[in-house]
Amino acid sequence: MKQVHVDVAVIGGGPAGLAAALAAHSEGAGRVLIIERNVELGGILQQCIHHGFGLHRFKQELTGPEYAQRFINLVKETDIEVMLETMVLEVTPERKIYAVNSQTGMLEINAKAVVLAMGCRERTRGALRIPGGRPAGVFSAGTAQRYVNIDGYMPGKKAVILGSGDIGLIMARRFTLEGAKVEAVVEVLPYAAGLTRNVVQCLEDYDIPLYLQSTVIEIHGTKRIEAVTIAQVDAQWNPIPGTERKIECDTLLLSVGLVPENELSSQAGVAIDPVTNGPLVDESMMTNIPGIFACGNVLHVHDLVDNVSRESERAGMYAGRFAVGSSNPAPRRIKVVAGDNIRYVVPHEVSTTEPVEFFMRVQRPEDSVVLDVGGLRQLKKTSVRPSEMLDVKITPEQLQSLEGDTLVMQIVPQKEA
Amino acid sequence: MQKHITCTVCPMSCDVVLELSADGEILSLTGNKCPRGKVYATKEHTAPERTLTSIVKVSGGAHPVLPVRTNKPIPKEKLREGMAAAATIQVQAPVTMGDVIVKDFLGLDVDLVATRDI
Repeated sequence: MKQVHVDVAVIGGGPAGLAAALAAHSEGAGRVLIIERNVELGGILQQCIHHGFGLHRFKQELTGPEYAQRFINLVKETDIEVMLETMVLEVTPERKIYAVNSQTGMLEINAKAVVLAMGCRERTRGALRIPGGRPAGVFSAGTAQRYVNIDGYMPGKKAVILGSGDIGLIMARRFTLEGAKVEAVVEVLPYAAGLTRNVVQCLEDYDIPLYLQSTVIEIHGTKRIEAVTIAQVDAQWNPIPGTERKIECDTLLLSVGLVPENELSSQAGVAIDPVTNGPLVDESMMTNIPGIFACGNVLHVHDLVDNVSRESERAGMYAGRFAVGSSNPAPRRIKVVAGDNIRYVVPHEVSTTEPVEFFMRVQRPEDSVVLDVGGLRQLKKTSVRPSEMLDVKITPEQLQSLEGDTLVMQIVPQKEA
Repeated sequence: MQKHITCTVCPMSCDVVLELSADGEILSLTGNKCPRGKVYATKEHTAPERTLTSIVKVSGGAHPVLPVRTNKPIPKEKLREGMAAAATIQVQAPVTMGDVIVKDFLGLDVDLVATRDI
């Protein structure tokens, strides 16, 4: 088996992996390697051909491929090594990576630091348990997006979309522009799951109806899907009898959530947060396994790639420091706790010596609130939405002023003026 | 008459309220939390524009299609025409991000450009 020794090995060549590799490289890590299973770098951004990426990062609206290309070009200017069409099979707690490709066969990669940047995958029909047959024409929205934008063909002419996540909304517009008819977008929640701007730009612009508090209760058809039955649901998400409606279609797209892809992480002994489905990390984005870091959608599902890049640069920087042996664990540890109307916060534990940027999501929509960061900072928010990730930066000085060893992140009402 | 426009400039998604005269003239504009919202809502009311993103056929590349965009927004009502025009285009790899695929696309004084290398 071929043996390779590197300072930092990055698993995944999407936006998280690219940013992490670049940061590790500029931190002084000599040999940085990106391992990517696809034929090219860029990850899922390559199929997100719509624009709206990079507003924070580049102060302009880029398409997904443009955002990716900028990072790919930066990587090309360095001596960062890239292995394409290479599948990682196992990561050990000693930071050995077993991978395989058709050119070298099996590889053993010994890394001083590993960055997990495998991204996430879509929830499937199986996870929803929709009754009915198993005809062709039922796709996850991202799969359909790949067919249309990378492979160049349309998977159907008349579609229903279940779930109002951003990919579903984007695909509603894409299908419409490509000449297909989108009959309906169906969402079980009382509000759209995706960003408001996507509801406006993708559905309202094209008069595509959005049915809230509704779901698909049956899939009709044997060889190819012929129709779906949708129904309204009650507060427990149970279908309400008498509200059923059959909609003819040849395609059903599912945009029903993303799940971080952590099989490799778990195998390596990385502890997983049951809320994010991603690793537990500290302020350096390091997991419980020394030298194994995580960032991007494998850590928690983001809505803006700009945030992925920022978070991943931090992971890469600390991975680089770990690899060259310049990092020292700080003595005082603070545990981060999700308080009122906070579903989760990343990182999960911080020190008082490093600046930290917290990313978090709320559990439910609320208006006119304050995000209270353990009493250290209060940020006014006109509205908070589960679909829109919140972020807040905290300085070491602020952290040092914290009493106790717990930081509670919470949403509190704005006091009446 | 009142008209609501959701600003899409940033994720704040401000609900901009336009007070309109009988012939559609903007009498007042409220609800925007920054100046960009005023610009957006005014434009959206008078002459809505969108950036067109699509694909064109490419031969000799890693994939059969190449993603493209207009380098400036085009009138919203021109999107269908733009899609139809893009569907007829065939280019040859290699292509570099930013390469102009069609100059003065649809005669709208915008260019259709490649959004990646292929």
